[in-house]
Amino acid sequence: MTGWSDAAIWGTIAALGVGTWLVRFSFLGLLAGRDVPAWILRHLRYTPVAVIPALVGPLVVWPEATGGTPEPARLAAAAVTIAIGLWSRSLLAAASAGLATLFVGLAVL
Amino acid sequence: MPFSFLFGVVGTEAGLDLAQVMGFSVLVIAGASQLTALQLMTEQAPALIVLASGLAVNLRMAMYSASLAPWLGAAPFWQRAFAAYLIVDNSYAQAVAEYEAKPQMSLQERVALFFGTMVLIAPLWYLGTLAGAVAGRDVPSGLPIDFALPIAFLALVAPALRTLAHLAAAFVALVLGLLLAGLPYNLGLLPAAAVAMAVGAEIERRGYARPLRAERAP
Repeated sequence: MTGWSDAAIWGTIAALGVGTWLVRFSFLGLLAGRDVPAWILRHLRYTPVAVIPALVGPLVVWPEATGGTPEPARLAAAAVTIAIGLWSRSLLAAASAGLATLFVGLAVL
Repeated sequence: MPFSFLFGVVGTEAGLDLAQVMGFSVLVIAGASQLTALQLMTEQAPALIVLASGLAVNLRMAMYSASLAPWLGAAPFWQRAFAAYLIVDNSYAQAVAEYEAKPQMSLQERVALFFGTMVLIAPLWYLGTLAGAVAGRDVPSGLPIDFALPIAFLALVAPALRTLAHLAAAFVALVLGLLLAGLPYNLGLLPAAAVAMAVGAEIERRGYARPLRAERAP
């Protein structure tokens, strides 16, 4: 991977591994027996839906493969993935529909 | 385990070798964290941002940890430590549902049940990544593999938009993510996520976090 030495990659993997384990172990171990304030739990519930759209939005609107120009096939693929994911509640169905839209869109548009 | 397969493909395409791709799936065992870290690494973000963002995306695991604590908190240290490694959406949801349905279970039975939920899932997770990494070597050039990662992310997040609060948090995150995209080193990601998280939590606190529609029976 460009810009990353093997040591830096393994260091990142290891640190992320320890970090995610610490998050999971938090209330089962390190903070065992403490009462967790309700407002903290309420915020934690929204972490995935708060981080992922912020990360993925720019990747969809300004894709690197097109040099950052918005591109109809990729926008359509993203819209279909979201729509099918909302409707089916299935990761596999959403991803398949999105990839199919992308292939068809790139061939046609 | 389509998500771990996708990680294998995308990670290999991004230039990780087989051991590194497997290292992610075995040591981190959290799809969203792995994919977030991978994406930021390819964008040459500083290691600190890679780590902070990769951890932030899976902070909900702390919530799972808190809800498992009343059921597993009395188990020996090594069992809790190993169980923590295996906390994922599936094991958490399945185990807590069983515990609540059968409160008379002994501690040993509860521990066994928790590990039982992962006996198949964990190996399948590793194998999925292995298969993806092997498949990723042979992706013909010209395929729009660059977009597999955004699609994987969207396929992960869309089914999770169950309530108005989730939807609003996602929308705020999307808008702020786009507005702050110009900042160097992906510095905008975490502030955007923090505001979005607060919006979701506030909507829930005001009592508007009802499901968008009735869930179908499984």
